[in-house]
Amino acid sequence: MQPSKSHIAKNIAVVLALFACASASCSRPIQSNAEVREVRLPSGLSGSNEPDDGQWLMPAKNYSSNRFSSLDQITVDNARDLKVAWTFSTGINRGHEAAPLVVNNTMYIVTPYPNILYALDLTKPGAPMKWKYEPKPSSAAQGVACCDVVNRGAAFYDGKIFYNTLDDHTVAVDAQSGKEVWNTQVGDINQGESMTMAPLVVKDKVLVGNSGGEFGVRGWLTALDASSGKIAWKAYSTGPDVDCLIGSNFKPFYEADQGKDLGVTTWPPDAWKIGGGGVWGWISYDPELNLIYYGTANPGPWNPDQRPGDNKWTCGIFARNPDNGEALWFYQWSPHDLHDYDGVNEQILIDLPIAGHTRKVLVRPERNGYVYVLDRTSGEVLSATPFAYITTSKGVDLKTGRLIYNPEKSASLGKVVREICPASPGAKDWQPSAFSPKTGLLYLPHNNLCQDAESVEANYIAGTPYVGMNVKMYAGPGGNRGVFSAWDPVAAKEVWSIKEDYPVWSGALVTTANVAFYGTMDGWFKAVNAVAGEPLWQFKCGSGIIGQPITYRGPDGKQYVAILSGVGGWSGAIVAGNLDPRDGGGALGFNNAMSDLPKNTVKGGMLYVFALP
Amino acid sequence: MREGILLFPRPARRSPPALRLRVVGMGALALLIFQAACKREERGFRVQPPSASAAEGSRMTDFQPGPRTPESPVKNEYEDNAYALSEGKRLFQEYNCSGCHFNGGGGIGPALMDDEWLYGDKPENIFETIVEGRPNGMPSFRGKVPDYQVWQLVAYVRSLSGQVGSNAAPGRSDHMQTSSPEQSRPRESPKLSGKPR
Ligand code: HEC
Repeated sequence: MQPSKSHIAKNIAVVLALFACASASCSRPIQSNAEVREVRLPSGLSGSNEPDDGQWLMPAKNYSSNRFSSLDQITVDNARDLKVAWTFSTGINRGHEAAPLVVNNTMYIVTPYPNILYALDLTKPGAPMKWKYEPKPSSAAQGVACCDVVNRGAAFYDGKIFYNTLDDHTVAVDAQSGKEVWNTQVGDINQGESMTMAPLVVKDKVLVGNSGGEFGVRGWLTALDASSGKIAWKAYSTGPDVDCLIGSNFKPFYEADQGKDLGVTTWPPDAWKIGGGGVWGWISYDPELNLIYYGTANPGPWNPDQRPGDNKWTCGIFARNPDNGEALWFYQWSPHDLHDYDGVNEQILIDLPIAGHTRKVLVRPERNGYVYVLDRTSGEVLSATPFAYITTSKGVDLKTGRLIYNPEKSASLGKVVREICPASPGAKDWQPSAFSPKTGLLYLPHNNLCQDAESVEANYIAGTPYVGMNVKMYAGPGGNRGVFSAWDPVAAKEVWSIKEDYPVWSGALVTTANVAFYGTMDGWFKAVNAVAGEPLWQFKCGSGIIGQPITYRGPDGKQYVAILSGVGGWSGAIVAGNLDPRDGGGALGFNNAMSDLPKNTVKGGMLYVFALP
Repeated sequence: MREGILLFPRPARRSPPALRLRVVGMGALALLIFQAACKREERGFRVQPPSASAAEGSRMTDFQPGPRTPESPVKNEYEDNAYALSEGKRLFQEYNCSGCHFNGGGGIGPALMDDEWLYGDKPENIFETIVEGRPNGMPSFRGKVPDYQVWQLVAYVRSLSGQVGSNAAPGRSDHMQTSSPEQSRPRESPKLSGKPR
């Protein structure tokens, strides 16, 4: 799509800008909001203004999922001196989406399929390998991974590392010895199920969910006992209330979500059994309210004509009691989803001053293009504001909570609908944002993509794709396919933004010293000033970056920043899977938007760790 | 597993009526134009697919210890037959091959329009790939697709990289174009490169 020459020119421009910035106080073509206020984090949620223990125990850093670190050695002034401290090759060539963990001076990395877990000793020079654990998942599982064979990371709890394998096992590994403690099969590849999400461990329960919205799976979230691996409860995303753990305490805020067995009645007969609603994204936890929050993915098939109705409980968010799984409330971002707008993105838990009151909210940058601020006690939508270019809807009706679709962009059988914005990966896919209580801003890695699509009849054959949509994606207005922006959730507006050539498919990280980090799909790892958005430093890694940056304090007392490079994922499948760019429909239509990526990066998993000299 | 849901796509039972009408209509029109018995448009009766056992002697590699034993390549008559190729194209959608391979560019499964082959580009190799499945995520369709349809699929798969006669390869698509029609695909020179994915 983009000629490589202009791409090089762009890179040169960035480098020049970088030099200019390094030499003087520079103002980039970025609007800055001078007024920056401190935001209080809910008590009981770590990572707030309390001292940071310098570890990284779960991909989102803490239960509020803010990816905020109070390590402060790397600053706006010295970030330009960052250097590679050491590296580690994972030996795997597919997309590396995971966040490394750091616990007790050991770093843990999970690779994409075949899901090797490495433990690296941070106390020794060059961080040599302590051990590796190989679960040897079934190679056939690669056939049911819609969007590259990724894994989004592990979680540490009570001396164990927990994670999921592509072939639907949840494993617990002793963090010291690398020995398997338990291994529980929770899904079945022959039904199209795979697992890619990172678990969250809450009160001795390991929470995990399935992927497979493109295979007609029936989505679920399940809780495994952390010490035994036994299933404590399982909550489906479709079907009768009893299967969805919906009971008398279920009090959704909006009328559309109230009623009996909506997980059955909002579908054609039996369609809920293969209706999707996977749980492959992020989970947050509020210890005070004792509620977990997580989203449900797209309904299946994509072709909406095959599933008239609201398709509960897909494309929405559940609040549940982690002890028994019972649902407390639900809100549906995209009822009767038309465009594969999975509702599984991160939700960041904060207390915000809204209209004169401090509200317990969750902030959700959603795939359909809106940043939602929800009252996390009730599920009420306080605001929903576009953060990207949207043609598929006209806003959210705050009285009914309902997304107002633009009928002109609805699919109908055999008709090609053009200029669908955002495209199916959404204004923002899984790539998690970060929130700084210091600046009060959300740091949003995201996409600028539109698409043409045509719905066709989908055949259900267990274990094979159940989609029914031909798609061709391309860059949105402006031609840049990605954006990294700072968003003020109180004022509900963008504060600054940086255009990137490729979708920004990496996670974000922000520190108390106002340094934000992210990576690009052509391999640049970048540090920017979290207040004003000017670039501070960048380093070219071996392969494109779609991982989640973290920062930690080493045994030597120094602050380190770590990121996995290794392109892939849905957006990078064209490189990771050697796809042919001449078929724009390849990789569910992402090929069309990424046909130039193979010219700008190659595959290869490698961990990079940076520090000041 | 579930009632009321199509467990297996139509081709095994019947074609969707609209599709059948259209294919027949197109065929009739073509017959009118070409009049004389043109092999390209022959329908089923005289064009025999190879037997399933024809694929049994296949090799997945040219590498043989000692002197080379002569090959007896399998000829898939469907490769010169427009009707069989258009059936192959339809089946490629209906058995959800396209869900993993798209229009040849690949996605979950590898690209089938390029010059690189993991398990062999010969008709007998592709037959085996479909029937046996392959370890890294290619399902085994054994017992689910009748042999003659597998050979139609084999012919169509080879058309994706220009391996069949361009006058027989499908020239148009009923759907949104995401790539060039099979008929105008350049003829790739297949390599058993097995590049790791
Ligand atoms: C669930 C996804 C999926 C479906 C459905 C699927 N394939 Fe595949 N296919 C794959 C994968 C993955 C591979 C690579 C297997 C390997 O490397 O071991 C593959 C490999 C192949 C190959 C071998 C390519 C080579 O380089 O040797 C052919 C040919 C092929 N598929 C054709 C088909 C046809 C025809 C159908 C429909 C009848 C089909 N596939 C359905 C996923 C799929």
